[in-house]
Amino acid sequence: MAHIQFEEGLPGIRGPMAFRPETAKPLNELAELLLRNDNSTLSRGERELIGTYVSSLNDCFFCQNIHGAIAGHYLECDISFIDAVKENYLSSDITEKLKSLLTIAAAVQKGGKKVTATMVDDARQKGATDREIHDTVLIAAAFCMFNRYVDGLATWAPEDRMYYVNRAARRAEEGYVDFDIHQ
Amino acid sequence: MAHIKVEVGVPGIRSLVMFRPETGKPLYELAQVLLRGPSTLSPAERELIAAYVSFRNNCGFCMNSHAAAARCLYGDEKSIVDDVLADMQQSGVSPKIKALLNIAGKVQVLGKEVHEEDIALARKYAATDREIHDTVLIAAAFSMFNRYVDGLASWTPDDPAAYAEMGQRMADKGYVIPKP
Repeated sequence: MAHIQFEEGLPGIRGPMAFRPETAKPLNELAELLLRNDNSTLSRGERELIGTYVSSLNDCFFCQNIHGAIAGHYLECDISFIDAVKENYLSSDITEKLKSLLTIAAAVQKGGKKVTATMVDDARQKGATDREIHDTVLIAAAFCMFNRYVDGLATWAPEDRMYYVNRAARRAEEGYVDFDIHQ
Repeated sequence: MAHIKVEVGVPGIRSLVMFRPETGKPLYELAQVLLRGPSTLSPAERELIAAYVSFRNNCGFCMNSHAAAARCLYGDEKSIVDDVLADMQQSGVSPKIKALLNIAGKVQVLGKEVHEEDIALARKYAATDREIHDTVLIAAAFSMFNRYVDGLASWTPDDPAAYAEMGQRMADKGYVIPKP
């Protein structure tokens, strides 16, 4: 049961969003800009994968499953590919640039000061721009917030992983700012 | 030196939101609604939660600037801020705020660290659902802001006077995004 009284039947972050719309607005705008806005040289799938990986490191079941499913939708891959990235991204079939960005994201998850100049240089050598490095750090940091928000209030998360896979296309289509919270 | 090319001489998060104003806008709006918007927790109490989480995350820029803002907002009672940062459990802050700071400290570690008994303790001292919600989100948000500021190695001034000035501005004006 959640730590505070939410409207029943709303999964994950949707409970707190309905509870406090004033804070939901900037949170949703941040997610939209970071993950879905097309003014980025990182694809939507790559950005969702960064969010998924950080959520798995933070052991947040709801976030890693919904964002993993959305990443799978964009990248046209199944859940086992996403699981392989979470398990060992360095040996998974993703670009060297994305691997170097996931290394930075994993460091951010531990603490901001864990990001080293060597990690950043490595990402640059693999072709990452300042803007991509900035967005990777902010996506990772933002998921350290979202994950704590969702789990810190003990929100409800459906256990069946297919629940998330089945909703991914709709979530990808509707985005993070303009959607029916009950659907 | 920062990990990316930001304006020299601009400290902390200000340099980052000038680099990327699009994401800066919702970040500043979130800080404003959480720390200054209508609430039964005072702005001073909310700044104290922010400073406490930033202290636990070892983020010098956020800790010093939000502690300075909290000192300004507490006015005559400003010694509470340094007492809490020195030893929260032994400090003279009210039992309700102590219970909320305890929850914030758990969130700083990880969401799942918040247990029923932490919530029950806050409720015992009359914390409302809304106050518990806002405490969790402030602590979660500072777990983001701290990582953003340090993860890009933005400039952290050493001079305490720089933070006193920042704290005064934050107390007077709230969170207004700097113009690039």
